Amino acid sequence: MKLLVCIKQVPDLESRFKPNSEGVWYNETDLAFRMNEYDEYAVEQAVQLREKMGDGCELTVLSIGPDRVVEAIKKSLAMGCDNAVHVQDSAASSKDPWQIASIISAYAKDKGFDVIFTGMQSQDRGSAQVGVTVAEQLGIACTTTVVGFVYDNGTITARRELEGGIKAAVKLNTPALVTCQLGLNIPRYPTLPNIMKAKKKEIVAIPVADLLNEAPLAATTSFHPPAKKGGGIVLEGDVGELVDKVIAILKDKTAVLR
Amino acid sequence: MKTLLIGEYRDGKLLESTYELLGFADQLGAETALLLVGSESQLPEYSGTLYLADAATCGEYNPNLHKKLVLDAVQQENPDYIVFLHSSYGWDLAPRVAASLKAAQISEVIAASDGSFEVGCCNAKMRRSVKPATGKTVITIQAGAFPVLQPGGSPTIKKLTATGSGSLEFVGYEPAEKKDVDLAKAEIIVSAGRGIGKKDNVPVIRALATALGGELGASRPVVDAGWVEHSHQVGTTGQTVSPKLYVACGISGAIQHLAGMKKSDFILAINKDKDAPIGEVADVLVVADVMQFVPALTAKLAK
Repeated sequence: MKLLVCIKQVPDLESRFKPNSEGVWYNETDLAFRMNEYDEYAVEQAVQLREKMGDGCELTVLSIGPDRVVEAIKKSLAMGCDNAVHVQDSAASSKDPWQIASIISAYAKDKGFDVIFTGMQSQDRGSAQVGVTVAEQLGIACTTTVVGFVYDNGTITARRELEGGIKAAVKLNTPALVTCQLGLNIPRYPTLPNIMKAKKKEIVAIPVADLLNEAPLAATTSFHPPAKKGGGIVLEGDVGELVDKVIAILKDKTAVLR
Repeated sequence: MKTLLIGEYRDGKLLESTYELLGFADQLGAETALLLVGSESQLPEYSGTLYLADAATCGEYNPNLHKKLVLDAVQQENPDYIVFLHSSYGWDLAPRVAASLKAAQISEVIAASDGSFEVGCCNAKMRRSVKPATGKTVITIQAGAFPVLQPGGSPTIKKLTATGSGSLEFVGYEPAEKKDVDLAKAEIIVSAGRGIGKKDNVPVIRALATALGGELGASRPVVDAGWVEHSHQVGTTGQTVSPKLYVACGISGAIQHLAGMKKSDFILAINKDKDAPIGEVADVLVVADVMQFVPALTAKLAK
């Protein structure tokens, strides 16, 4: 059995973002990068299936981006992936979801993966397109926003998260792709022995030009902060004074404090 | 300009969010046609063309079949834009339609002008303007970003059918968990977010809720981490609330959370990050360490 999990490295979302010189995405200076949170659930689920299937099952992790993404790849290897593919692309952030999906599909198309895992979306771009588009390009079954996953003999039983706490149960035959939602499992922390073991695992580097044959279908023309709506008061300073100010405002503006 | 709007139907009911698609098309100033995999007994109040497929035979979640139905209507209607809600139905189906048409897809649109679309990114802290480069464009719109437009009237129905199942089978729905707290009825909600740091700090937030006579709420990461039970979750996958006072403690303000609480009468947010998106909807943003400010506020209220 062959498994693939696709991950993205994203900046810490607590950061402050400034436009890059082209004004179409963020400037990476001063940003700390880590694995996209949704993808941590995807890696964990893939590793759990890999462990369940045992010998003869192979789990590959793939990431597209500049050299920094190797850190996220190493974390996946330490979590339990067997080997890795780094699609080297210093301009990955300027590609649209169609191109990113096409790169993954070009890599995966003749590899015979039984199950492909992706995050439901990235935290920085949030388009929620790449996973489904890969499945369409490969012509395999797909379901999204998965919060439950059971594999048994070529069939996946997945629980999709809908709105308002409702879930839907879905069955898919492999080969299939699932996009993973937060809360699907509890992603493990790599242990020190596993981090050491991961250092010996292979990371195959492939230049993006070898896999990309598609032009973008959409272009980002501007990256900017939201227009400030105003109206809201921002209070800063000493905590004691802030408390007094807030109580005064609540008494004045709401009917809940008297 | 022409739009094909893909409505939503679940568990035998037309979803109200379908009318937000009409609100979006109205802002574009575009002609509309609607597509629904639903039922003739649940027709939208709409006087244009309705491409209608029967959910009893086509299923409520059968993306391969629904894709065929949408592509059939696209061929008949030749729209410039094919528009979905950015929902568990829309984000699942839209990329399949876009891939078949090799059309650009722009996700979770919050505003439109001049053939360019505004979307949020970086956890709603930033925006992108995106321009499609293809003749047809698939769009998903953010829930609640466009007004509900219910034009009234009865649609002209064009029936659609498709067959085939593909390798996916819908088994059934699981209802939401029983709630031990009905936040929708609460007048005051004090919610904990990831900014509280750890599970041990939840009682500090609960103490403020008690001091104010309110209920405890929570953001998704706090629930996923197991710090607070799901029944307290506020947001699109939890409860949608509109209390008289909403206090957001250490909640940065992901889109899904904001959608669940932004209609509150008064919003007080405590966050150490002055630029956190929660500031966009807050009446008062206190820039402070939540674990210093909240206990101090609770103590003062108790006096």
